[in-house]
Amino acid sequence: MSDPQPPKGDAPGANEPDADVAIEEPAAASPEGGTATDDVRATASGPGIPAEPGEVQPPSKWQTMLRQIATGNAIISVLAVVLALLVGAIMIAFTDERVQAASGYFFARPGDTLLAIWESVAGAYSALFQGSVYNFRRDDFLAGIRPLTETLTFATPLIAGGLGVALAFRVGMFNIGGRGQMLIAASVAGWIGFGFDLPWGIHMIVALIGGLVGGALWAGIAGLLKARTGAHEVIVTIMLNYVAFYLVSWMLRTPGLLQAPGSSNPKTPAMNPNAVFPDLLGPQFNLHFGFILAILATIVVWWILSRSSLGFKFRAVGINPNAARVAGINVKGMYFYAMLISGALLGLAGVSQVLGTVTTGFTAGIDAGIGFDAITVALLGRSTPWGTFAAGILFGAFKAGGFSMQAAEGVPIEIVLVVQSLIVLFIAAPPLVRTIFGLPQPGSKPKRSRKPDTKGVKAK
Amino acid sequence: MKLQLRGITKRFGSLVANDHIDLTVEAGEIHCLLGENGAGKSTLMNVLYGLYQADEGEVLLNDEVQHFEGPGDAMAAGIGMVHQHFMLIPVFTVAENVMLGNESTRAGGLLDLPAARAKVNEIAARFGFHVDPDALVEDLPVGVQQRVEIIKALSRDAKVLVFDEPTAVLTPQETDELMAIMRQLKAEGKSIVFITHKLREVREVADRITVIRLGKVVGEASPTASNAELASLMVGRAVELTVQKDEPKLGDDALVVDHLTVVDPIGQLVVNDVSFTVRRGEILAVAGVQGNGQTELTEALLGLAHHVQGSAVLDGTELVGQSVRNILESGVGFVPEDRTEDGLVGEFTIAENLMLDRSESPPFVRAGNLQRSHLADFAREKVEEFDIRTQGINEYVQRLSGGNQQKVVLARELSRDLRLLVAAQPTRGVDVGSIEFIHKRIVAARDSGVPVVVVSTELDEVAALADRIMVMYRGRIVGIVPGDTPRDVLGLMMAGEVPAEGAAA
Repeated sequence: MSDPQPPKGDAPGANEPDADVAIEEPAAASPEGGTATDDVRATASGPGIPAEPGEVQPPSKWQTMLRQIATGNAIISVLAVVLALLVGAIMIAFTDERVQAASGYFFARPGDTLLAIWESVAGAYSALFQGSVYNFRRDDFLAGIRPLTETLTFATPLIAGGLGVALAFRVGMFNIGGRGQMLIAASVAGWIGFGFDLPWGIHMIVALIGGLVGGALWAGIAGLLKARTGAHEVIVTIMLNYVAFYLVSWMLRTPGLLQAPGSSNPKTPAMNPNAVFPDLLGPQFNLHFGFILAILATIVVWWILSRSSLGFKFRAVGINPNAARVAGINVKGMYFYAMLISGALLGLAGVSQVLGTVTTGFTAGIDAGIGFDAITVALLGRSTPWGTFAAGILFGAFKAGGFSMQAAEGVPIEIVLVVQSLIVLFIAAPPLVRTIFGLPQPGSKPKRSRKPDTKGVKAK
Repeated sequence: MKLQLRGITKRFGSLVANDHIDLTVEAGEIHCLLGENGAGKSTLMNVLYGLYQADEGEVLLNDEVQHFEGPGDAMAAGIGMVHQHFMLIPVFTVAENVMLGNESTRAGGLLDLPAARAKVNEIAARFGFHVDPDALVEDLPVGVQQRVEIIKALSRDAKVLVFDEPTAVLTPQETDELMAIMRQLKAEGKSIVFITHKLREVREVADRITVIRLGKVVGEASPTASNAELASLMVGRAVELTVQKDEPKLGDDALVVDHLTVVDPIGQLVVNDVSFTVRRGEILAVAGVQGNGQTELTEALLGLAHHVQGSAVLDGTELVGQSVRNILESGVGFVPEDRTEDGLVGEFTIAENLMLDRSESPPFVRAGNLQRSHLADFAREKVEEFDIRTQGINEYVQRLSGGNQQKVVLARELSRDLRLLVAAQPTRGVDVGSIEFIHKRIVAARDSGVPVVVVSTELDEVAALADRIMVMYRGRIVGIVPGDTPRDVLGLMMAGEVPAEGAAA
């Protein structure tokens, strides 16, 4: 092995799952990046086939694919957002009445149409901005900045939930049970919140912990079943969503459980003020202590994943459970612990809803779809803690700004939802994004290393 | 058909993977392409097969210039490829796989399976072996799957057959059978390109040998060349093919395996009542054809097997029934058979892989925190010590060549305080230069007083390393013989025959 070849080995990696998306880290941007040439084949011979046959037994094909989608590089995330906003702009223009009217005489006076398009798109996106960051139409700064605080309020549960989904992703699991975990956590925290009378501060902490434990245990069921019986966590968590929803609905309709006394509505009483998260910026803003907890959660998840022994084992199990097992790591235990932590984070999302955002009592709709939006947030954040944090804020901004876009410009709020969906769509199809922006496909990049040799064709 | 490659050059950015390579393969000839991992052999074949477009040069078939846009064109022109990793669909039958991509149909769009079956039978009969056209591919042994690949290529009238490292996954017996098939193909007038880095196979079947190093043709050799000549051509310097080792300094019995039995998940007895002893400072090589229980034996020692009876005592500690964690902590080092699957986490860095089985306790973890600076120092030291060719300790392990990956595994295991080293196929898929290094390190471990169990299906490796050889057949020990036992005796034992004068060592 003393031949003078550049030391960098090729990446024949029989288990190299894809190289197309997952492994590219920052390399994608730099021509020196040298992704495995295996992709050349993938791209040369048609759409990349992620895993190859042969001796390799990846955890499962779809898990490999999931990992590619969940942990790609940041550039694709950013470009996906840009692209989704562009497509959104087209839709805004098409649905705008003035544009429709002006396009009727497009060939006579094209300027009218173009102007109308510009006005509708610029108006909509500036309304989105003003509804989510800073409202220039207010006189004083405090009123102007209010949209930003709204954004952060909306972002709080999205960040917490996104972190939960992201952590499970990194351990190779897809936690779709965010809704159920949020509902259980919200119920436990809410029940402690209105049903007890404890001193200020302690009450909040007890309710918070109760909620986290509730969410953790609910997700833990899925983790335990996966570890003990091999039941697939996707199916189990989906089903537990239904169980949780109907369980909570029943409790909300049953006097003596969650239903407010003397009421026949399926709704709880208001939270005890001692249990409510304090406002961060005073009563005129909705932003509450939950946002601080979301920041703390991000730091904790970052520490777990990048600095702790537990996270090391998590990541090893997520990438190659076989090697982890041979290295003496308790793979089943890791699945269980990861689901517990994931559930606790989604629980935090539920708790921040009942103790922070909606303190006047909640219904079975308290999760507000956040359990599913959390998946999107985790995907956009590439399953990294800070990426998820940023993605959570972006989606919070969409939520906050969507309403003002509708109010100010008459743009249907569905456009925002379409943009959100398109983001995920583009993230799931990185070659599409690369083509549109003319980025080099990973396979066509120059490569310092020697050619992969023996495994040359396996991925075909 | 005569195949000619003229001045093929393929660049990947600044890297020249193939540099003006000329190659001519006559009809009825087996032409060996010999080179280390990463020398550019597969790139060349991918150019031939239409998977890559050459930057310069041309491919000629019977003196006509060809332009392949993709494998489909190449196949249509009569080029067939038998890949190292089979391109078969496991849940399809043999006949379905053979017709895949080239399906003929009957009236009403029905697949013409009978025709495919007949084709399989006809081709198999031509070469004197039998493949059941209705067997599911996943149920077939690896060697038979490879024959299905060959049949598939032949069913499209391939005139030029490319075998890309075909023997990497085969047992010695299957290899011999493959060689026989290749000779038959040659007799039928097919042109065969045989890519490999195993010297003995080359000398056995090749008519001509072209050696490639660093993307260039460095020489042609005839099959009469010696192993040492071929190896030095390949590597570019003289290579020691045998390992220098002293007489073992034997110590006490370290590992005592007593009536060990392993049952696999589907209830088959894979290791059947095995008893042996390994002394400190010796290498016990476990020889045998792949699939005779050696893999399961090593897994049982590591606590990875499910149903294990009997006992395996290491320095007074019972290993059977312990968790993998405890066994590793009691000082067992393990080099798994399939490093990419069981030994390494591909998307972890070299440094992370070096601490993979030490993620619980100091020095790499304190109070639940990774000790990153300590790990970095350790990794730099090991990269140096084990000559791991890399850009740096933060390079992903899957970017390394097979040999360097294996060095990472070895560095990790040997840097622990070992009381036993179990190495399964330590040099499988590893280039010649690295084999030399890995063998030296294993012998060094032995000389430091560690008992070593090496499992290998390569007789060369067994002969190079073993102080004693234990031959397994169908889960049982055929015999334990001295390290210098002649090959033919070992060969018979690997087929299950107990040597005449009784075996003890």
